[in-house]
Amino acid sequence: MYGKRLRALALTTFAALTLTLVLAFFWAPNDANQGFLQKIFYLHVPLAIVTLCGFVYGGVAAIMHLRTRDSRWDMRSYVAIHLSLVFGVGVLVTGSIWAKGSWGVWWDWSEPTLVSFLLIMLLYATYQPLRFAIEDPERQARYASVFAITAGAFVPINFVIVRLSTAYLHPRVLGDISANLPGRFQVVFYLSLISIALLWITLWRYEMTSKHASAQLRALRRLLAGDEDDALPRRSAVPTLSVSVEGGRAGGTPGVGASR
Amino acid sequence: MSAGAPQNRVVLGALLRKELRVELRSFSAVPAMSLFSVTTFVLFHFALQRNALSDDLASGVLWVTLLFAAVLGINRLFVADAEQGGFDGFLLSPADRSVLLYSKALTLLAYLLVLELVAVPAFALLLLGPALWPALPGLLVVLALGDAGIVVIGTLVGALAVRTSVRDLLGPMISLPLLVPVLLCAARAGAPVLGAGGAGALPLRWLVTLALYDLVFGLITFAVFDFLLED
Amino acid sequence: MPRGRLEVATLAALELRGLTRHYGERLALADVSVDVEAGQTLAVLGPNGAGKTTLLRLLATLLRPHGGELQVLGHTLPAENWAVRGRIGLLGHEPLLYRELSARENLGLYGALHGLDGDERAGELLAAVAMERRADEPLRTLSRGMVQRVAVCRALLHDPELLLLDEPRANLDPAASELVEPLIGRASGRTRVIVSHDPAGVLAEADLVLGLVRGRVHVLAGAAELDAGALVELYR
Repeated sequence: MYGKRLRALALTTFAALTLTLVLAFFWAPNDANQGFLQKIFYLHVPLAIVTLCGFVYGGVAAIMHLRTRDSRWDMRSYVAIHLSLVFGVGVLVTGSIWAKGSWGVWWDWSEPTLVSFLLIMLLYATYQPLRFAIEDPERQARYASVFAITAGAFVPINFVIVRLSTAYLHPRVLGDISANLPGRFQVVFYLSLISIALLWITLWRYEMTSKHASAQLRALRRLLAGDEDDALPRRSAVPTLSVSVEGGRAGGTPGVGASR
Repeated sequence: MSAGAPQNRVVLGALLRKELRVELRSFSAVPAMSLFSVTTFVLFHFALQRNALSDDLASGVLWVTLLFAAVLGINRLFVADAEQGGFDGFLLSPADRSVLLYSKALTLLAYLLVLELVAVPAFALLLLGPALWPALPGLLVVLALGDAGIVVIGTLVGALAVRTSVRDLLGPMISLPLLVPVLLCAARAGAPVLGAGGAGALPLRWLVTLALYDLVFGLITFAVFDFLLED
Repeated sequence: MPRGRLEVATLAALELRGLTRHYGERLALADVSVDVEAGQTLAVLGPNGAGKTTLLRLLATLLRPHGGELQVLGHTLPAENWAVRGRIGLLGHEPLLYRELSARENLGLYGALHGLDGDERAGELLAAVAMERRADEPLRTLSRGMVQRVAVCRALLHDPELLLLDEPRANLDPAASELVEPLIGRASGRTRVIVSHDPAGVLAEADLVLGLVRGRVHVLAGAAELDAGALVELYR
């Protein structure tokens, strides 16, 4: 179900990323003040935007999960959040590198994007421990969705509040630069944004496909093993998908001795 | 033969009576919170090596202490229900689910009020430079809005964390990032009130932001709470 | 036989059709179908992990079905949960009582939750299980058996039509069992679903027997048609 067009998507992403890299290095002019280092901006800001959208999508998928009780929405939410966590680490790292290169410090409290990100990452880092700490799969999914919705709402609100709090400290805002960019900078920036968004989407679909395939495999195994499959599954933070296997009833027939 | 659906008022009263009785007989939350806050003030004295704080520092120290003490209360909020009465008893009854949310929110608020009755005078005694009395009206406003934020987030996170295997760790880990905006707004709102040169005016901007934050998360908690109660 | 006598159909108290519930990717209950008429007793037997407690919790509206249909007291669950809460009494492994509160205070709380007025009923029940003398002491000072007796009062406080019992006589000494019998036994006239680990004992008081193994129905028959030997097979 998720495997369709995956190759096309992957190739497009690869092409977009390559084009972005080439243009960033050879076509976009060097910044007058910051020089070569400024090019990190093409990575850092799009990563930040995509990560935040990923977290918010995780919250939206969680709302759908609570409304429909369909475990696929929970899987979508889980994959979105855990992918965004990885991208988020990238945001913090690239932001730090840029700060160090531009202003000589690895961390700067007056930079609202970095501060907001730190807070958001601290919150979302609890997502997997929370899931892992609940054994009942249905309850795990439900509680995770409640968390994802709360955290998803927190993301934009937190941004606004942190921005408010640093507004009077002459923020050296990385993100605002996009508003003042002349022609070539803008082209590369938007291209980079699209590429990284494509990268996120491709990775998301890959992971969804992989999890779905594993679930189908396990369902097949259980069908073949019949009633002898007694082994209790290991505790896991990963959502479980209830899948039915084509051509076989997941329910099976009543055992010996049924008399009705 | 069943009675009609119970009135929310009656159910709320019964639940609050239960909370009061259980807390008074087991002392599982409030004494620890209050004692912890006083001890923390002592720690701050030694850590900062100051006798008198004012402005930003005073407001910050007060709010960080209140927040950590609140987290202790959040951890205890649902423990008796999870371990004994169980949510089942409530869920089996025809009572309206939201009443449980209200009763727990009010209980947490009560914990915080008692905590502040101890912590604020202790703070004034041990660490606060300027006099407390003139600062009190402004401080009460900030405390009210800050408490609302703690209650709203704390009730949600308390319910979320209580039926996990590591509830004492997850509770603080999840609630503290969510409480940072409350801390931020409350500390900044309280700073001029605790000013060295006499109690200043309350900065409206931070109060409004805090109030809006409380409102938004209050609505979210109300919307998702029921989903935490099912088995 | 008088002509024109009306055959009145007894309303089924419980109707289960293909009831299914997952636990992650596994099936906790698979395709369970059974009808129980008002006033009848259904015994649910099976080894550990068979899904007995899951079934009980589904009937109690504490869990939602993942497949199939469930009708309790004429209402379809989970859509009409609100209509049956208050008419079901659950007596499970947990007493669902607060240890710091006394028996009377606990029953007062549950009375309020069920919209009951006054505490005469609580008093009657406490007297019926001989707990009146110790009704005002915190439950944590009472023995397990006494707490179980109070739990019986809690389950019956709102006079439920359907009783869901999970090994109700565990923790009760013979004297207490006798006290409790008229309240939760067959003579009480309520529809009952009993989960038990005692095939011989439960046959005596059941009308229908449901045997589950790993969530699937292995036995479903009237109690009169079965003997204890057939039921012991379930546990192999």
